Amino acid sequence: MTSKSPAGAGIAAPTVRRRLRGDRRVWIALGVLAAIVLTAVFAPLLAPYDPRAQLDIAHLQSQPPSLAHPLGTDTFSRDVLSRLIYGTRVSLAVALVAVSISITFGTLLGAVAGYVGGAIDAVLMRFVDAAFSIPTLLLLIVVIALWGDISVVSLTLLIAGVGWFTVSRLVRAETLAVRDADYVVAARALGVPGWRILGWHVLPNAIGPAIVSATLAVGNVILLEAGLSYLGIGVRPPTPSWGNIIEEGATRVSDVWWLTLFPGLAILVTVFACNALGDALRDALDPRQLLPAHDDAPFA
Amino acid sequence: MTAPLLEIENLRTWFYTDSGVARSVDGVSLHVDHGETLGVVGESGCGKSVTALSILRLIRAPGRIEAGSAIRFEGKDLLTLAERDIQHVRGNRIAMVFQEPMTALNPVFTVGDQIAEVARIHAGMSRRDAWEKAVEMLRLVGIPAPEQRAHEYPHQLSGGMRQRVVIAMALVMNPALVIADEPTTALDVTIQAQILELLADLTKRFGTSILLITHDLGVVAENCARVIVMYAGQVVEEATTAELFSHPHHPYTEGLLGAMPRVGGNAERLATIPGTVPSPTAWPDGCRFRERCMYAWERCAKEHPPLYQIGAGHVSRCHLAVEPERRSQPHLPVAAQQGVTAA
Amino acid sequence: MRRYLAARLLQAIGVVAFVTTFAFVVVHLAPGDPIASALARPNITEAVREQWRVAYGLDRPVSEQYVRWVVNAARGNLGYSFSHRRPVRDVFADAMPNTLLLSGLGLVLSFAIGIMVGLLQAERPGGRRDRWLGRILLVLYSVPDFWLALVVLILFAYRLPLFPPGGMTDSVMYEYLSPGAKFLDRIKHLVLPVLTLAVLTAAGIARFQRGALLAVLPSDWMRTALAKGLSWQAAVRHHAFRNALLPTITLFGLSIPAFATGAIFVEKVFSWPGMGLIVVNGIAARDYPLVTAGVMVMSVLVAGCALVADIAVAAADPRIRLG
Repeated sequence: MTSKSPAGAGIAAPTVRRRLRGDRRVWIALGVLAAIVLTAVFAPLLAPYDPRAQLDIAHLQSQPPSLAHPLGTDTFSRDVLSRLIYGTRVSLAVALVAVSISITFGTLLGAVAGYVGGAIDAVLMRFVDAAFSIPTLLLLIVVIALWGDISVVSLTLLIAGVGWFTVSRLVRAETLAVRDADYVVAARALGVPGWRILGWHVLPNAIGPAIVSATLAVGNVILLEAGLSYLGIGVRPPTPSWGNIIEEGATRVSDVWWLTLFPGLAILVTVFACNALGDALRDALDPRQLLPAHDDAPFA
Repeated sequence: MTAPLLEIENLRTWFYTDSGVARSVDGVSLHVDHGETLGVVGESGCGKSVTALSILRLIRAPGRIEAGSAIRFEGKDLLTLAERDIQHVRGNRIAMVFQEPMTALNPVFTVGDQIAEVARIHAGMSRRDAWEKAVEMLRLVGIPAPEQRAHEYPHQLSGGMRQRVVIAMALVMNPALVIADEPTTALDVTIQAQILELLADLTKRFGTSILLITHDLGVVAENCARVIVMYAGQVVEEATTAELFSHPHHPYTEGLLGAMPRVGGNAERLATIPGTVPSPTAWPDGCRFRERCMYAWERCAKEHPPLYQIGAGHVSRCHLAVEPERRSQPHLPVAAQQGVTAA
Repeated sequence: MRRYLAARLLQAIGVVAFVTTFAFVVVHLAPGDPIASALARPNITEAVREQWRVAYGLDRPVSEQYVRWVVNAARGNLGYSFSHRRPVRDVFADAMPNTLLLSGLGLVLSFAIGIMVGLLQAERPGGRRDRWLGRILLVLYSVPDFWLALVVLILFAYRLPLFPPGGMTDSVMYEYLSPGAKFLDRIKHLVLPVLTLAVLTAAGIARFQRGALLAVLPSDWMRTALAKGLSWQAAVRHHAFRNALLPTITLFGLSIPAFATGAIFVEKVFSWPGMGLIVVNGIAARDYPLVTAGVMVMSVLVAGCALVADIAVAAADPRIRLG
């Protein structure tokens, strides 16, 4: 169970920190993610070519990987490696911004709903329950398809708009658990205002699950954006994103396999790192799931 | 003198945790004879439950039974048995009754199924025969309308009935030894008496030995021929019940007896033992009870007392055995001086 | 139990109402109007478009349109598809069985695999088997659906031409095959898409099942089971499993949306003529009635499956069933 006192609560508790430091997964995942973020930040320095430059439409179209173009070229004779590097920016930016917005919004909403209860809580939960029944992808498909070409910014906001349900539920559950704790009741009796109780007692405990949720959400959003781009309704070319590079090669998928393979690997590695980190965070918060290894009979 | 049914020799069960090695059971030796009921008394954390679990090797990581321990039963050392062989002993030759009947029973299976399971595993009975046996056991433990009850789920029964089911499960194979770990603590007082009576009655009928673990001296007085008192992972006193109640030796036992509410006794406050049990990760040197003891002197801090022989079948882990004159010089225990009081 | 059923049913109806309304709202909030985009060809005059608008009732007040929408939907009239030039309902009627076949098989297979793998992992938590299976599962869980499908397609249909690269049946020869060969042909076309779909979702299911099992392993009744003489494996497979099955049944309901989504990608990659492919193609063709009706139908199905799953859990858990 997460610690329930403000000082050293939840994710900041010393035992949690210790478990995190010792978990190898955390370091590997953080390393990978750091590398990816750095790639995005230093894209202009790393990319050998301009990602939008059509280099030689006559001779360099759809070339397999070579020394000059380690990841090949696409149907418009653009260098795939450069597009992949710049694509990191887009894919990451969408994911990070969307998750930041939705986690913040979901956390606040969940905390308020759980704390205040009553009609607000009931309405919110009914809404979230109903919203769960529409698969996110379908939801986004409908909205984007109907609204036509939307900018990357709008796409990000849209993804944020449908991504807060899970975290709001999580935070609400944590809030409910803490709301009836003795020290919270005491604080209320002492006349401590609601927002202070929320900020000081509730949120520190809810931050843990929210962070786990956020980490996993980044991975999910990257997958989502890639999927949407693959379907042609995400990030539109010529702006490169990992998903739309794959989309360009989708019609002749066996011939131009490099357009499929490399962006997919990039996605896989990034999302894997996010998931591994999220898992490690979750285990650190609630180690019941992590039992020590025992190679023979599990008993003394 | 026939050999005892169960003999535990120098059992040490230690838990390797993040905050250090918890030596929950730290050199416990005891024996249970055929057909006798042995009581094990002590407060929470003294290691009695861990001892019980160790007998059946139900200690999970990070716990481990240390080398140098031996548990002899029916001619074999249980600690050296292969996994398959100890499974043959569990539920069959030695059975266990746990404290909390609600959580001890699996909520998604009927009580009949859970009792029948024992018969199927150990006696190889068919489903039908095992079911009939389950009904028979339910009848034996005094549950009315057993044929219908067998189809019910644990949450549909009252606490007392659930514990009867647990006892039925334990007795299916007519084991030689039943380990009862606080079998009545979670029950109402009136039900407690019934359950204990049931246990006593059944064991007399079948000649079963019982290792009765409890923190309640009253239970011990009524049901056990012999008693062991445990403290801080060790045996601190062992005697027949009569002897223990009339001539307690160890100061801890004295404290426990003094803390017992007695009908018709003094109307003043119950005597409590000041201080708390030390942490199993850091047992103090010397006598582990000395901080709470009103007779302790310098020797107690330096020398860890062995089990001294006090009389026939009566041992005590206290230096008062060799310096009995100290008993006339009581003082305020160290723990009380520091102003630390606890039950 | 009865009260639970009634409450749950009410909730399901609420969800359906919500989804229907939502579909309506989204369409009507969209910029431009559906007729203009659908009939955007230059040789269609504004007058014709106006005719269509009236035919569709788009000139009526919104509230009236909403009522008509709901009534129509209830009656099963889902509109007219521009790209297929057929009523939407007919298009779906053709596509739905294909999706059900693919998703149904995929669902069964993925649960079978997922539950088994989760069980294998939980038998010895932290052990080598657990850790390695866990790593493989994490990779599968992190892989983009469509990418895995593409890779599978490249590897097993093109590079190693073991299986056909798409479709439900051989587009040329099917009609001329014998019944036995027809059946075989169908099976061959099913293998890759079903396996891909199953493997993708099995990863999530296995992770969940492992978690559910680990949550019950420390329970007192596990200790009782061992004290009765069961082996660790038997105790996990019989006692723990039965308890951990309950949340897994709920998971069944929760994973239906994942299936709907996964099916979309798998259908597109393998050209499987199901609801997913229809909807995706409808997007490209800007066929609004089709897309909205498609999303609505799929959502209602998802909600329906969740309801069934919840009822199944209530029936399977004696604590709820016998209150």
